Amino acid sequence: MANVIRPYGDTLDDGKVQLSFTLPVPDGPRGREAARLSVLGWGFKDCEVVHSAAVSDEFSFYVAYATTEAGLDYDLVQSAEVHSEDQVMSMDETNDYIRAKLGRKIVLVGACTGFDAHTVGIDAVMNMKGYNHHFGLERYPMIEAYNLGAQVPNEKLIEFAARVKADAILVSQIVTQKDVHVENMTQFIELLEARGERGRFVCIAGGPRISNKFAVELGYDAGFGKGTYAEHVATFVAKKLVEKSLA
Amino acid sequence: MRNKLGLSKERIDRARELAERIALPVLDFVAGHTTVTVERAALRLIGADGSNADGAPVPNLVVDQLKGQLESGALAPYVNALLRSGGGVGELNAKIAGGLKVTDFPLGDRAAVRRKTEELVAEGLKRVGLSRKHREAKLEEWKDRNSKPLLYLIVATGNIYEDVKQAQAAALKGADVIAVIRTTAQSLLDYVPYGATTEGFGGTYATQENFRIMRAALDEVAEREKRYIWLTNYASGLCMPEIAAMGAIERLDMMLNDSMYGILFRDINMYRTFVDQKFSRMINAYAGITINTGEDNYLTTSDAFEKANTVLASQFLNERFAYAAGMPARLMGLGHAMEMEPGIENGFLYELAQAQMAREIFPEAPLKYMPPTKFMSGDIFKGHVMDSMFNFISKATDQGIHLLGMLTEAIHTPFMMDRFLGLESAKYVMNSMAGFSDEIEFREGGIVKTRANKVLEETVVFLEEIAQKGLLDSIAQGLFADVKRPKDGGKGLEGLVKKGPEYWNPVEDELKKALGLAR
Repeated sequence: MANVIRPYGDTLDDGKVQLSFTLPVPDGPRGREAARLSVLGWGFKDCEVVHSAAVSDEFSFYVAYATTEAGLDYDLVQSAEVHSEDQVMSMDETNDYIRAKLGRKIVLVGACTGFDAHTVGIDAVMNMKGYNHHFGLERYPMIEAYNLGAQVPNEKLIEFAARVKADAILVSQIVTQKDVHVENMTQFIELLEARGERGRFVCIAGGPRISNKFAVELGYDAGFGKGTYAEHVATFVAKKLVEKSLA
Repeated sequence: MRNKLGLSKERIDRARELAERIALPVLDFVAGHTTVTVERAALRLIGADGSNADGAPVPNLVVDQLKGQLESGALAPYVNALLRSGGGVGELNAKIAGGLKVTDFPLGDRAAVRRKTEELVAEGLKRVGLSRKHREAKLEEWKDRNSKPLLYLIVATGNIYEDVKQAQAAALKGADVIAVIRTTAQSLLDYVPYGATTEGFGGTYATQENFRIMRAALDEVAEREKRYIWLTNYASGLCMPEIAAMGAIERLDMMLNDSMYGILFRDINMYRTFVDQKFSRMINAYAGITINTGEDNYLTTSDAFEKANTVLASQFLNERFAYAAGMPARLMGLGHAMEMEPGIENGFLYELAQAQMAREIFPEAPLKYMPPTKFMSGDIFKGHVMDSMFNFISKATDQGIHLLGMLTEAIHTPFMMDRFLGLESAKYVMNSMAGFSDEIEFREGGIVKTRANKVLEETVVFLEEIAQKGLLDSIAQGLFADVKRPKDGGKGLEGLVKKGPEYWNPVEDELKKALGLAR
């Protein structure tokens, strides 16, 4: 039996959605009507424009509430995320797991690659202090973590990883404007393959706009997006390495 | 400026004394060196401009031709070529772009070269001086029309023409300052691209033509609104002095310019950076450009609560290096940010203490206060509340330059409506509490006073340690932002040149004279 869901405002199945957007027209009654008709044009049933304001002479901002009749069968939904929260190990569990199953430290190298200058993602996952009360990989006793920082060329990252005999490489990409990350991430995998070393490392991609599905398509073992903490990455890498060691 | 925090004058004086002692050996080194970009900046100020068919800028072509003899400076060979080849600066630039080498002309009548160079330097600096006077006149004409603090917004489309639309919209809605974010790769380019650009990632190339386009667009809004609109760009990176020179010529009003940012956060060689920052700041000072320093970066890298003292220490050092470049305090937009984890109990009070402390220690500096970024999530509603708290602190502590928070920080480069909402929030909060700072006192022994005094004390201890180790070794050992940078590592070291006995740079000489610098 289908389990159909719709947005919930204050009554089951009322389908209420809140929207805000800008139109390239002046603010005023005509603009508000244009906003209302636009929302209906997107497939919503009713629309109430509750607020409008001039952003400039030629642009106007709207807040609107609308109703959708579209429903979704929740039973058919599958998540593309690599981890489900109940399988994520804590820092201590991960360390015990590595000690028991591998009996040695894992070596892990991370960097924000290409021209991307933003270390915020790789720092959140790797720095000792971590982020939002989640310790970073540098804190894990059974992980030897190297954070190479930002604007690291793919070649340099791979060379460094080979030199320290890394088990896993973490590639962070924050800037995704005009899909600049796609080329860079692809080049990384191609370089590894050209050197015949793709199999040598577990390759992870991360960033606010990176999904697991996207990363796997580009040839990575996994991708981690928004809401990722060190333990998600550590769990995946540890399990993957154990899997590899058994294979 | 009322002293609300009871900060010890003796401790503040001690911190300044330490900063002076820390900077001294670095400045000794700086005095004996030049860099490729210092020479290119001087060339630009006397008219070197344009690029060849491959996009290599004329100043780079000249400096590359002089490889091995840069220890005497680049100006004399350039002007010698000008005199020998006949014609004006524009014609010489075109010839150089076409393949002419300035080294093909043996150095001729030195007195004539000297006279001509001095004439070109005077012309170049006169142009910068006129820009400065224009800004001063407009600020006087429209005084009290800007918000206090100045409301600062960023545009970052990658396309200068799209930037113009967004910047004009933001300025019309009340933004006082527009900063054009640079494309993410530019800080590591050892040249400045030429011409208008429409392709960039996470920002737009800083080029002289782009500066000119945005300047004209903002002047248009300013005339209409009778309110001066400040234009900001980034000097930081491998071309600090050159971008400062371009900004001086095109009347930029603010430039991001930190004495150590390039070293710590862009892995640029430390010797190179210290030489570059000095010359760039001399140009900024002469042009009346307000610098924005980068202390906010310490807080996104390290923990804002635990490492608050590194921010204050860096502010003292930035102040010292700016004074050493002839810059008055009123041009020092010393940076800091509200980046503590929002879940900390009384976090608001600690942030308030930090902001008020900076205000009292640097009373003349137009402090640049940066909004939360590190703990901004996809929850735009919470983000908007955090930004409102930030707006409150900024007004309550009389900050000078207020970078508006964006509710969609951490999601995308701001949409037009995001900027609009940020501006509306700031205007609402700041208007409704306009007189708050005059009303409020802090309780003796309370959280705010205690915190501020503690951070000051920790800063003095930290500066003592740096003074003992030396600044370069302190950076090498990772005392700042947990980042370790070896002295001979990093990018751009090959562009550092020891000044020879014949070194001649009349741009530098004139700037020193005008700024009252002994060295």
